[in-house]
Amino acid sequence: MLISCPYCGPRDVAEFIYQGDANRVRPNPMSQDIGAWNEYIYDRLNIAGDQNEFWLHSGGCRSHLFVVRNTLTHKISHVSLARDRLAPAAGAAPLKAAAPARMPAAKRVAKPAPKTAKSRGAK
Amino acid sequence: MTGRRTVSGGRIDRRRQISFIFDGKSYSGLAGDTLASALLASGVKLFGRSFKYHRPRGVFSAGVDEPNALVTILRGAVREPNIPATQVEIFEGLIAESQNRFPSLAFDVHAVNQLGGKLLGAGFYYKTFMGPVIGPLKGTRFWMFCEHFIRRSAGLGSAGREPDKARYERINAFCDVLVVGAGPAGLAAARAAAEAGDRVILAEIDPVLGGSAKWSGETIDGAPASDWAAEQAGALSDLPNVRVLPRTTVWGYYDGNTLAAIERVGDHKAAQPPGEPRHRNWTIRARKVVLATGALERPIVFPGNDRPGVMLASAAQRFAVEFGVLVGSEVALFTNNDAAYAAALAMKQAGVTVAAIIDVRPDLSDDATTAARQCGARHFVASAIVGTDGGKKLKGIRIQPFNLATNATSGDVQTIAIDALLVSGGWSPAMHLASQAGAKAQWDDHLQAFLPPRPAQDWAGAGAFNGSFSTATAIAEGMLAGAEAAGAKRARNPKAVSVDTFAADAAPAPVLEIHPAGAKGKAFVDFQHDVTADDVRLARTEGFVSVEHLKRYTTLGMATDQGKSSNVPGLAIMAAELGKAIPEVGTTRFRPPYTPVSAGSLAAERYGDIFPDRLTPMHDWHVAQGAEMMPAGLWHRPRIYGQPGETIEQAYVREARAVREGVGIVDVSTLGKIAVQGPDAGEFLDHVYTNLFSTLPIGKARYGLMLREEGIAFDDGTTWRLSENEFLMTTTTANAGKVMQHLEYYLDVIWPGLRVHVTSVTDQWGGAAIGGPKSRDVLAACVTGAKVDNESLPFMGIVKGEIEGAPVMICRLSFSGERAYEVYCGAGHGQHVWDALMRAGKPFGIVAYGMEALGALRIEKGHVTGAEIDGRTTAHDLHLDWMLSKKKPYIGSQTKDREGLIAEGRLQLVGLLSLDNQALNGGAHVVEQLTEGEPRNSIGHLTACCYSPALNRYVALALIKDGSSRIGRRAYISDPLRDRYGPVEIVSHHMFDPEGTRMHG
Repeated sequence: MLISCPYCGPRDVAEFIYQGDANRVRPNPMSQDIGAWNEYIYDRLNIAGDQNEFWLHSGGCRSHLFVVRNTLTHKISHVSLARDRLAPAAGAAPLKAAAPARMPAAKRVAKPAPKTAKSRGAK
Repeated sequence: MTGRRTVSGGRIDRRRQISFIFDGKSYSGLAGDTLASALLASGVKLFGRSFKYHRPRGVFSAGVDEPNALVTILRGAVREPNIPATQVEIFEGLIAESQNRFPSLAFDVHAVNQLGGKLLGAGFYYKTFMGPVIGPLKGTRFWMFCEHFIRRSAGLGSAGREPDKARYERINAFCDVLVVGAGPAGLAAARAAAEAGDRVILAEIDPVLGGSAKWSGETIDGAPASDWAAEQAGALSDLPNVRVLPRTTVWGYYDGNTLAAIERVGDHKAAQPPGEPRHRNWTIRARKVVLATGALERPIVFPGNDRPGVMLASAAQRFAVEFGVLVGSEVALFTNNDAAYAAALAMKQAGVTVAAIIDVRPDLSDDATTAARQCGARHFVASAIVGTDGGKKLKGIRIQPFNLATNATSGDVQTIAIDALLVSGGWSPAMHLASQAGAKAQWDDHLQAFLPPRPAQDWAGAGAFNGSFSTATAIAEGMLAGAEAAGAKRARNPKAVSVDTFAADAAPAPVLEIHPAGAKGKAFVDFQHDVTADDVRLARTEGFVSVEHLKRYTTLGMATDQGKSSNVPGLAIMAAELGKAIPEVGTTRFRPPYTPVSAGSLAAERYGDIFPDRLTPMHDWHVAQGAEMMPAGLWHRPRIYGQPGETIEQAYVREARAVREGVGIVDVSTLGKIAVQGPDAGEFLDHVYTNLFSTLPIGKARYGLMLREEGIAFDDGTTWRLSENEFLMTTTTANAGKVMQHLEYYLDVIWPGLRVHVTSVTDQWGGAAIGGPKSRDVLAACVTGAKVDNESLPFMGIVKGEIEGAPVMICRLSFSGERAYEVYCGAGHGQHVWDALMRAGKPFGIVAYGMEALGALRIEKGHVTGAEIDGRTTAHDLHLDWMLSKKKPYIGSQTKDREGLIAEGRLQLVGLLSLDNQALNGGAHVVEQLTEGEPRNSIGHLTACCYSPALNRYVALALIKDGSSRIGRRAYISDPLRDRYGPVEIVSHHMFDPEGTRMHG
C-alpha cells in the first residue's frame, strides 16, 4: 500500500503508523459527559468501504495525515494534512464537526464551561 | 546415450555431458536438462515415496506443479528438502536425494502402510490418536506420545540442522509494465509494451523464455515455435528499457500493484562468485501488470493413477520436444479433450509407439479421429481406464466402456501393456496471482475451468491465463495487453502472426474422475498429500461439505504444490457427491506464495542481531572503565562499574553508598529530550501535563506528570523553561518515542491552532547527573561563568555556564534524593565534560555509578519509573495526586476519576522491608496468609527491589491492593516460581529521607 504524503510524495505503508478512525471528536475539554468521553476514547468506526483515518508519517515528515482508505480494497481516495482538515472525498463518511481549535486556557476557566452536546451516532 | 533420449531436437546441448549424483549413484545428463529429464533419460522411473502410504511415485508433470518427484538438494552439510525434480537444473557435481523412504527408495519398510490403507483415510490421525477420557494418556497426551512415531513415518523431506551459509538479497524495482510469464503471450506483451517506450520487466519461472513455444511443436510465422521464441527473447534482451528476469517466480500480488518475486540466481550453478546471492527477492511496483501465466494441465482421477509412468500428457510432450527425453517406449493417452491428442502426435513423431488412445467421449471430432489414426493407435472411444498394473513402474492399463451421461463404467475390461500413460483432464488457467489481487474466480462451463476474475487491480491478462488456449490468440492478446498497458490503443506493429498447429478445441468433457463400481486400488486426487477420491467422499459423509472444511479435513491442496493439479478434480468429486455444480461448491481463494519461497530470501540481510545500537557520547569511557553494560531499549547503559571480585550486589551497594556519603556521577544522556517551542508552548504544556507550566519562571524546571486520555498515568519527567517561548521536556528513556508521538498527535489533530513546534533532541544533548552531599563542591571546582551556590542555583533552578570551555546547562534536580545536578552539554562535548567532572570530583572521591545503583537510590526514595507507571496505575495509585491541577483541564482530567479508577481495592504504591534478611525478587506476589507452594490470594506484586545501603536491609517497592491502609502491617512474599517465601513489612514508599531535606539542602 502506498500513501501519497503531501510533503514526501508516495511512500510505502511501512513508513507510516496507523492512528485510527478519524471520525471521532474530542469532547469539550471541560465536558463532564462521561458518555461522550467514553465514545471518543473507546468507540471506533469499522466500515467495510471508504473510511476516514489518521496516519502518522513516522518514517518521514512526521505529519499526521487524514486519509480516506477503502478497507476492502486498500484503495486510497484522499490524503491531506490532518492539520488542514480538508473535507473528505465524495463517498466517504462525512467528518463530524472538528474539535475546537483551542482548549480554553487555564486562566480563562474560572467560570463553568458549557457542556457539549452528545456527539453520538458513530456506531 | 541411452535409448530413452531422442536422436535430435530439444534445447539440451548434446555435446556437454554433466554428471551428478542421485541417491548416492552417479548419473549423466546433458546441459539444459532438469534433474527430472536427466533421470528419465537414464531410465529412472521411481523418484520418491508418497507422504502417507509410502507408495512408489514417479515424475507426474514437467513444471512447477510437480506433486510427486520431490527431492532434497545437498550443498555441503546444508539440506534443502522438497524441491521438485522438474525445477532443478543439473550442474556438474549436483547431489540430490529421494525422500520419505527407509532404508532405500526401492525397498521401503513403511510401504507396509499401503496394506492398512483402508484405515489411513482422512482424519485417521485425529480419530485414532484421540486419547482415552481418563488415565495417564488422557486427552491429547496419547497423541503427544504417538506423534513422534507418526512424524517419522509420514512426511516429506527433512530439513538439515546446519546453518545456511548462502547469501540472500532483497531488492526493490519499479516499472511501467510487469509481464508475468514469458510464453508466447508474455513475449508478445513485453515486446509491445517495450516498443511503446515503457520500462518493462519480464519475469519467467524457467531458465529459458518461450513457455509452450519450446515444446508445442507448432510453427509460428514459418519458423519452429521454439526458434520464434528464441528470436523474440533475443530481441527483448537487446532493448534498453526491458529487464528480463529468467528463473524468477512472481509469487505474490499485493495491494497497489505491488508484486513479490523470487529470482533463483545461484541454484543452477556449481559454484557462485563471491558476493552473489543464491536467491534474490524482488518487490516490484508496477504501474500495470500483464498476467501471462499460462495454464496447468490437470489429471483425471482413476484407480491406480499414481503408478510411476502415469503422467500429464503435456509433460510427456514437453520432455520429448524440449529435452529430447522419451518417457516410455510404448505409451497410451487417456483424455477427455481434443487438445491432448497433440501430445500423442508428438510422441509418435518422436518415435514412440502409441498403443492406445482412450477417450471418455462418445462423439469425437474429426481432428481427434484423424490424429488417432495418424498415431496408429487403437482408439477406445467412450471408454475409460479403470485400473493400472505394475509395482514400482507402470506395466499396463485396464480399459472399460464408459457412459458419459451416467458417469459409469460397464462391460468387458481389456488390458493393454504399456510403460507410460499420458493423462489429460483439460487445462486450468494459472490465475493464482489474479485471485491474490483480490477477486473471485469465475467458473466457465465450456472450458470446465475457473477463469480469472475481473481485475480488482490494474492488471490485464493474456493467453492461456484467459482461457485462450490457441497460440495465435495468445500472441494477439499479448500484443494487445502489452500495448494497452503502455497506453496505446493498439500495438505499434500489429503483425498478425500465423501459427501452424494441431488445431484442437481445448474444451474437455466434464469428466474428472472415473469411479468404477467395486473398484480396487486407490484413486489419488492430491498426490503430494496422498488424498484419494474416497477421502473426499468420506469428508462429505462426515459432514465436511464446505470447500474450506473439505480442504482442512482431508488436507487436499495443502501440500507444497498447493493443489495445482488437485484443486479442480477435488472440487469436481465433491460437486458430484453433493449433486451440485462446481461453481456452487466454490473454490478456495489463492494465497501467496504461488510456489514455496526460501525464508532466507525474505529475511535477506535481516538476520542475527538486527537491531540498531544507541550509544551515549560517554559509551567508550564506560566500557573502558570495565562497566558491565545492559540494554535499555536500544540504548546500552552501564549496569555496574564492578571491581575485581565484586558481586553485582556488592558493586551497586558500594556505588549507591558513595552517592549518599560523598558524590557520584551517572550518564543520563539516554533520557528522552523534546524541544517544545513557540508562543503557545506554555499553554500546550498545560494541556499535556497534569500540573501548570505556563506559570513556570524562565530558568526554572518543574516535575511533570502526563496522563493518557483515559486517565491512566502515562509518563513523568522534568521540563525546563529556557526562555519565554522555549521549553526543554525530558521523558523517561523508554517512553521518549511514545511521548513524542503523543505530542505530535495533539498538535496535528486536536489543537492545530496552537503555535507550537516539537522536536526530538535526545541525541543532541549529552547528560551527566552528579549527586551526593559533595556534588556542589565538584561543580564549584569546574564550572565557570555561573554560580552554583544555593542562592544562585536553588532546587529546580537552571544556570548556564561552561566546563573547561564547553557550554553547559545545569539544572538542580534529584532522582537519587541527594543534592544533585543534571549537567547537559552538546553531545559532541559529552566526553569532554564528563572527563572534567571526573577530574574535578577526584579530590571528593567521585564514583561513577550504574543503573543498579540508580535503581537502589530511587527505590529507597520511592520515586516511580516505568515499573510503576505500567499503563494500569493512576496518579492516585502512585500518590502523585498532588500534581493534579484543579485550575485547568488537561489530557485525562475528565476521565481520571471514573468509577473504576477511584474504586477501593486498587493497587497502590507502597514500600516493603524484608523481615528475614533475604533478597526479594521483582515480580514476586504478596499475600496476607502464607501457604508455601500455593500461589493464590495475591494482594499485589513487587515492582522493584534492592539491597538498601541507607536502610541496611533488603527493600522493595510494590503495588498492593489498598496499600496505603496496610502500612505497618505484615505480609508475605509468595514466589513459587523461584521458591521464595518470607515475611515483609508494608511501609510508606518514602523509605528514606521522606522530608527531602537532603536534596533541598
